[in-house]
Amino acid sequence: MKFVDEYRDPAAARSLVSRITDLAGDDTFKFMEVCGGHTHTIYRHGIEHVLPRTVELVHGPGCPVCVIPMGRVDDAIAVAETPGVIFTSFGDMMRVPGGNGNLLEAKARGADVRFVYSPLDALRIAVEHPDREVVFFAVGFETTAPSTAVTLCKARDDDVRNFSVFSNHVTIVPPIKAILESPDLRLDGFLGPGHVSTVIGNHPYRFVPQQYGKPLVTAGFEPLDILQAIVMLLTQIREGRCEIENQYTRIVRDEGNPRALQILAEVFELRPHFEWRGLGFISQSALKLRPEFAPWDAELRYAVPGVRVADPKACQCGEVLKGVIKPWECKVFGTACTPETPIGTCMVSSEGACAAYYNFGRLHREAAVSLGRASA
Amino acid sequence: MCLGIPGQIVELLDGDEQLARVEVTGVRRTINVGLFDDGEIGVGDWVLIHVGFAMSKIDEEEAAMALSSLRMMGQGYDEEIEALLASRVEVREQASASEPESTAPLRSVG
Repeated sequence: MKFVDEYRDPAAARSLVSRITDLAGDDTFKFMEVCGGHTHTIYRHGIEHVLPRTVELVHGPGCPVCVIPMGRVDDAIAVAETPGVIFTSFGDMMRVPGGNGNLLEAKARGADVRFVYSPLDALRIAVEHPDREVVFFAVGFETTAPSTAVTLCKARDDDVRNFSVFSNHVTIVPPIKAILESPDLRLDGFLGPGHVSTVIGNHPYRFVPQQYGKPLVTAGFEPLDILQAIVMLLTQIREGRCEIENQYTRIVRDEGNPRALQILAEVFELRPHFEWRGLGFISQSALKLRPEFAPWDAELRYAVPGVRVADPKACQCGEVLKGVIKPWECKVFGTACTPETPIGTCMVSSEGACAAYYNFGRLHREAAVSLGRASA
Repeated sequence: MCLGIPGQIVELLDGDEQLARVEVTGVRRTINVGLFDDGEIGVGDWVLIHVGFAMSKIDEEEAAMALSSLRMMGQGYDEEIEALLASRVEVREQASASEPESTAPLRSVG
């Protein structure tokens, strides 16, 4: 697999790091990688320790499991514990804590909670169990929402009436805007998300350079993709440019996936506001089912408590999701909060900054510290 | 959850469910290709599979990289592949147009 090695080639990495060092010079830069997949790559490959001290990567809110607030998990559990319901969820959501425990605990108490890989699995369960009500716990950004939309169209077309969706789909642009409006953080640019952009394209990010004067480069998930995207950001800044660029042209097209966007618009509409863990309420940041799909909308079919639940005091996922603190700066990181017994969402998902750092990053960091932060 | 698993289309299935057979690490599965217009995806194409759907069309090089990245995840990779293989996206029973499911052991590729 020669071509794979090319994207992990140490010599190419060193050359990119040296360009980054030269471009940064004596100035300091802070770039946010929006996507949890990027966070995973950065920790997995120890990228932050090969970068010069002048360039810092800050982890963003692009982990769909991490941003679901406690109250929505409680709502999910309330639906799951309704008699006759089969509640289906992606595996990642099972251990996300709400105010009343998590879905696995609800299952242990007797609720019929099942892990599914695809929303279509949930629909199939409904077809196979016409005497039961099947609810799908839909989470995810624009990467995942089109799959839920196709599934809902199929439920409508086949008139599957014992199936409904508890939609917690969110959109990527509003939290980026919220972070840009936040006084906590001074950012110099963004690494744009890879897979979300295959759906929405690059045009929705235009406000980042146009209104906020920050460059954004959509990036791939290989270590050299990340390094190259940083070079592109710094080059823009040094040349006095500020625009959207696409490093991930292998997959991302500027116009996105028109078919997926069309089906999203057919099935979903924007909620007036939605609560994000750590970021609070953000207007028009989440998707709910259009009125035409009301028969399949779990929020209309079940008594959902809809109570806002504050995060545990000890948990600092909010600050981690906004990039204000690093995972290891959280008071409970690695002690009370571990992947086995997560307190916060960032420790649950493999895309969460805390879990990625716990599993990979801390080893790189400890090594770097003990070597006096040796370069690549 | 946002992982994409690379697969190669081996057959487009007839019928209105917009399904295709793909080969993923030597095992054949059915996925949904409804996020692409007719004719956009054909036999031999590589796609990234996300929650049972073809999410994006990729080339062979990208497929090899995505697979290699997934394998580096260890347990996360095993779980994701296992979940994909356990999934059945054919909502109604289909008359199988191709050969029966492979019974290759899941971990032989890891």
